[in-house]
Amino acid sequence: MSSEKKKPKIAVFKFASCDGCQLSLLDAEDELLAVAGAVDIAYFPEASRRALKGPYDIGLVEGSITTHHDAERIQKVRRQCAVLVTIGACATAGGIQALRNWSDKDEYVRAVYARPDFIQTLKMSTPIAEHVPVDFELRGCPINKKHLIELISATLAGRKPNIPTHSLCMKCKRSGNVCITIARGVPCLGPVTQSGCGALCPRFGRGCYGCYGPAESANTAAMTRMLRELGQKDEEIARLFRTFNAWAWQFRQASEEAERA
Amino acid sequence: MAAKTIKVDYLARVEGEGALHVKLRGDRVEDVKLRIFEPPRLFEAFLRGRRIEEAPDITARICGICPVAYQMSAVHAIERALGVTVDPAVRLLRRLIYCGEWIESHALHVYMLHAPDFLGYEDAIEMARDHKETVEQGLRLKKIGNDLMAVLGGREIHPISACLGGFYRVPSKSELLALVEDLKWALEASVATARFVAGFEFPDFEQDYEFVALSHPDEYPLNEGRLVSNKGLDIDVSEYEEHFFEQHAKHSNALQSQLRKRGSYLVGPLARYNLNFSKLTPIAQQTACECKAEPPCLNPFKSIVVRAIELVFACEEALRIIDEYEPPAAPRVDVPVRAGAGQAITEAPRGILYHRYEFDGEGTIRSAKIVPPTSQNQRRIEDDLWQFVPRIAARPVEEITWRCEQAVRNYDPCISCATHFLRMEIVRE
Repeated sequence: MSSEKKKPKIAVFKFASCDGCQLSLLDAEDELLAVAGAVDIAYFPEASRRALKGPYDIGLVEGSITTHHDAERIQKVRRQCAVLVTIGACATAGGIQALRNWSDKDEYVRAVYARPDFIQTLKMSTPIAEHVPVDFELRGCPINKKHLIELISATLAGRKPNIPTHSLCMKCKRSGNVCITIARGVPCLGPVTQSGCGALCPRFGRGCYGCYGPAESANTAAMTRMLRELGQKDEEIARLFRTFNAWAWQFRQASEEAERA
Repeated sequence: MAAKTIKVDYLARVEGEGALHVKLRGDRVEDVKLRIFEPPRLFEAFLRGRRIEEAPDITARICGICPVAYQMSAVHAIERALGVTVDPAVRLLRRLIYCGEWIESHALHVYMLHAPDFLGYEDAIEMARDHKETVEQGLRLKKIGNDLMAVLGGREIHPISACLGGFYRVPSKSELLALVEDLKWALEASVATARFVAGFEFPDFEQDYEFVALSHPDEYPLNEGRLVSNKGLDIDVSEYEEHFFEQHAKHSNALQSQLRKRGSYLVGPLARYNLNFSKLTPIAQQTACECKAEPPCLNPFKSIVVRAIELVFACEEALRIIDEYEPPAAPRVDVPVRAGAGQAITEAPRGILYHRYEFDGEGTIRSAKIVPPTSQNQRRIEDDLWQFVPRIAARPVEEITWRCEQAVRNYDPCISCATHFLRMEIVRE
C-alpha cells in the first residue's frame, strides 16, 4: 500500500471537446499498462468509475471553456493540480467551437435548438490559459499520443518535455517530402503550423490545414501573401486560418486581416 | 414507503458528460432521467457558410471516437446531392476504413468500458491485475483497428484522407497486404472475445424493441442501404425526417428522437444484428451459433456479445476487401459544384448517423442537420431503466447504481456526439 501511495496521481478533466485527445491515452495501447503501473490514474471518468479526490500531481485538461459553470470548474481544477497541462486544440486554442466568437451566439443557439432558453452557454469559446495559468500546452487536433507519453514521462522525471515547436515545413524538409506548394501549387499552412502530426497531409498529397496551430514565430503575413499568389481569395484565406485553432492569436489576426482586406 | 434516489452525478466509462437520476418508491420507479450536461458546441450553426469540402473534416470533430462515421455520412450526403458516383475501389476502401473504426471502437467498448461491469471491476486497468492477458488481447485488437485507420487515413483520430469523391491518397496493394497477418490474428482474437463474453452472467431481461438499422441486399450494412425496422419501416434514407421526429419528453429536458406514432427505438449493434444476421460473414455467423446468440437477441446486456460478433465480421470483411483490392485509376473523382441538398445515413459503431446538407451554387453550406446514434437511443435507454430497475429495486443502493450504469453502458453512449443536438440541463453542483 505504501508504494501505491507514493505513485504520482494523474487526473483527466473534460470541458467542451470531442473526447479524442483523452482517447489518445487509451490509444497508447503499447504503453497504457506501463503508464498505469508507473502512475496512479486517479480520476479519468471516460475509462473508470473510480474517482479519487485531489490534489493531483498532473492534471490533463481537454476542451475549451464555453459555460459559466465550466469557467468556475476550471478554477477548482487548477487548485487541485500541481502541474496543469492542456491537451489539444480545444483546451489550447478554443477549438472549432470558437467559430462562435465571430458570430451572434444567440442566433447560433436558435439555429440548433428548438428551445434556446434552455441552453446555457457563453458567447465565446476560450482556451484554458485565458482562465488559469497553464504549465504546458500539448498541441493538435488531435494531440499526438507519443507527445502525451513523452509529456507524462518528462513531468515524472522533472525535465522539460522534448516536443518540437518548429514548423511543419521543417518536418517536411527533414523527411524529404516533395513540397506540394512548390511542385503542385497546393495551398498549405505548413510554413506557419507547428509540427507534431508527422507532416501527414503533405504526405497524403493535401495541404496542411493547421491542426497543430501556429508554430513559434509564425509569419502569417508572408503566408497570406503566398496564398494570394496561389490564387486564393481573401475569404478563402480567412477560412483557411479559421478552423480548429481559429482563436490562437496568430491565426485569429491573420483571418481577421484577410477578412478586412 | 421511503423514497430511494439513485444518483450517478458523472457517468463513467462513456464518452462525454452525462448523469443519471432514478427515483424509486419501494420497487416502483417514479422517475428516470438520463441527463446530459456536456456543453453545446453548435456545429450545425457554424457549418453554415463553410464549404462542402470542409464538411467531412469539420464534422469529424464532433466525436474523437467515431470520426470516420462523421466523414462517411458527410461525403455520402453531399455526393448524393451532386449525383457523384465513386470508383468501386474507393467504395471498398470506405468500407475498409469503417471496418477499422468498428474494430477500434468495439474493442474499446467490449474490453475497457463494458467487460469490467460484468466482472466487477472499476475499470480495465484494475481488471488487468487479474486478467492481464485478456486486457492485452483487447488492447492489441484495438491497436489493429487503429492501424487500419492510420494506413488509410493517416491517423486514427480525425484521419485526414477521406474527401468528396474519394480519398486524397489511396494505399497500394502491398501497404494493405502488410496488415493481413495482424488482421488474421485479430479475427481469431475476436472469436475468442465472443466466446469469453458469451460466458458472462446476463440479467434475465428482454424487451420488445423496435430495431432500426440500414439494410443492404448483398452485405452487412456500413455505408449504404435502406432504413428498415422489425416493425415495418422500410424507407429510403432521404425520407428519414418524415418518419422520425424529436420530442421534449415528459421526464427529461433532453430532446429525444422518436418514430412517429411508435415512440422509442433502438439503433446500434443489436439492431443491425437482428435485422441483418443473414448478411454476416461466415465465421461471424458460426461464432454466433457457437455462442448460442442467434437472433432474435432481445437482451440489451447481451449487446456485448453482439459487439464481439461484429468484431469478427469487421476483421473478416477487412481481410476480404484487402484480398479483392486493386487501386483505383485515380484516388478521387471530380465533384461538380452546383446547388443541392442531400441526405445520408451510415452505420457508426453505435448506430445510424444521419446527415443532411443544403448548399448553394458556390458550394457554400446553407443548412446542416446531424442526428447521431446516441440521441436516437437516449429515449430507449430511459425506457430500459423504467423496466429494469423494479427487478433490482430490493438490492442495496450501491448495487442498483452500478447495474443502472451497466444498463446505460449497454448502448455504448457517446454523449459528445449527442450534445449538439440534445437539450441540456446543468445538474452538477
